[in-house]
Amino acid sequence: MIKAKDITKRYPDGTEALRDVNFDIRSGESCSIIGPSGCGKTTLLLILTGILKPTEGKAVIVGKDMSSPSKEVALVFQNYGLFPWKTVYENASLGLELRGLNRKERKEIVTSLLSELGLKGFENRYPNQISRGMQQRVAFARALALNPKILLMDEPLSSLDALTRENLQNFLLRLWKEKRMTMLLVTHSIEEAVFLGRRIIVLSSRPGTVIRAIDNAEMGDLNYRTKEVFFDKCREVRQSIDTGAI
Amino acid sequence: MPRGETEHRYRSYLITGFFILAIWYLLARILDSIALPTPLAVFSAFIAGLADGSLISHLSISALRVFYGVALASSLAVPIGLVSHEEGVDKFVAPFVYLLYPIPHIVLLPLIILLFGIGDLSKIILIAIIVFFQILVTTRDASRNLSINYVYSMLSLSASRRDIYKHVIFPACVPKILTAMRISVGTSIAVLFFVESFATRKGLGYLIMDSWSRANYPDLYATMVSMALLGFGLYIVIEKIEKKVCRWVYI
Ligand SMILES: Nc1ncnc2c1ncn2[C@@H]1O[C@H](COP(=O)(O)OP(=O)(O)OP(=O)(O)O)[C@@H](O)[C@H]1O
Ligand SMILES: [Mg+2]
Repeated sequence: MIKAKDITKRYPDGTEALRDVNFDIRSGESCSIIGPSGCGKTTLLLILTGILKPTEGKAVIVGKDMSSPSKEVALVFQNYGLFPWKTVYENASLGLELRGLNRKERKEIVTSLLSELGLKGFENRYPNQISRGMQQRVAFARALALNPKILLMDEPLSSLDALTRENLQNFLLRLWKEKRMTMLLVTHSIEEAVFLGRRIIVLSSRPGTVIRAIDNAEMGDLNYRTKEVFFDKCREVRQSIDTGAI
Repeated sequence: MPRGETEHRYRSYLITGFFILAIWYLLARILDSIALPTPLAVFSAFIAGLADGSLISHLSISALRVFYGVALASSLAVPIGLVSHEEGVDKFVAPFVYLLYPIPHIVLLPLIILLFGIGDLSKIILIAIIVFFQILVTTRDASRNLSINYVYSMLSLSASRRDIYKHVIFPACVPKILTAMRISVGTSIAVLFFVESFATRKGLGYLIMDSWSRANYPDLYATMVSMALLGFGLYIVIEKIEKKVCRWVYI
């Protein structure tokens, strides 16, 4: 479904962000990517969505080489990527507007999605007028409104407090189980990677390359956090990161 | 904006106005010269000008010249500034701007008269040239400094180039554009007295030159007061537009 083939990325200023990144994510799989700060995670997602071109190698999504953004993929940005000049509703419905849906069709989809995400009554606020947790949910709403087959997320929960964070983790887990979306989650948090990733890909420090892919078949349950095997997995991930030197 | 805040601002305008009048009055008393009449003398000249309708007609002609000048300048400077977002366009625009911006455009007057005659068109074009650069530089800076993440965010929604201009580059630059226009209004009023000093018997600039040559100082100052009020009025109008269009900035 998502395939990274020997992806290497050098920025014009010579910074090598990624080197020979390879992995393969099956349809309906949920995968976490974890790696030290600055190792090229955002760069990797921008390449997988076709926004940036790799210097070498290629990204293949649903059998097609990525050269321009695909309609089947949605990306949730690290700092949410919301537009401060658009209201919550306008931000959430922008993707649909760009796809040419009319006002009524947009309203139907977006209104129900916003209320599902607990944003009812905030439609006319601007991003700066709502909390970070709410901004994050608007970013999810914008991505989910497009009903994507593949959802890519760039540290979506990293600046939230623990409680909001757990709520949204549960939300993502339910989403994955209900819709069987293919999900790729970039995160800094080992617990989050283990809770949400059926597979956990560990990247080295810059230039980022895959150190290990850890299978995590036991995930998929909201109670997973309290189980012994969860802690074992976290330990395993932590060790593979340590040997890769952060 | 909450009502109380608006009232508060008007009160501070009023206080500042009184303060200026007080200093003016004291200065007039101390200097005791015909070159600086007292506020009262100027006020009665102002009222006389209003009463016979002359001041209003000069003022409205000047206001129109400023309006057309700024509108003409913006209609060219804003699009050029926005598309300077593209590296390829900016390569041409930037050197052009920085070579031509610093020269005193007023010296182009003879050339403009040669090309466009001595009528209103020349006056409007000269105002437009002078404020064109102010608006262009500000718009260009705004569109160049836009975070690339906004563009990425649009691209991830499979936006076209046109969508990016419509939903990101233009709305993001609007606050800066309106600020530039507010500044331009001040600049164009300041150059009125120059562009209206030739081949016209209409406008506040003409009135200044005329009352000056007649050594009629109360009239001269009454005209300056009118200019100040014109500038202030246009400033308030643009600010109102800003508050309405850029609601997201003021929250
Ligand atoms: N446009 C660019 N030009 C040059 N270098 C860049 C550019 N964008 C990113 N980099 C560099 O490439 C490296 C990887 O950046 P990237 O943003 O992909 O890392 P990241 O893993 O997402 O970091 P973080 O965890 O802080 O989000 C960093 O060293 C960064 O400074
Ligand atoms: Mg990043």
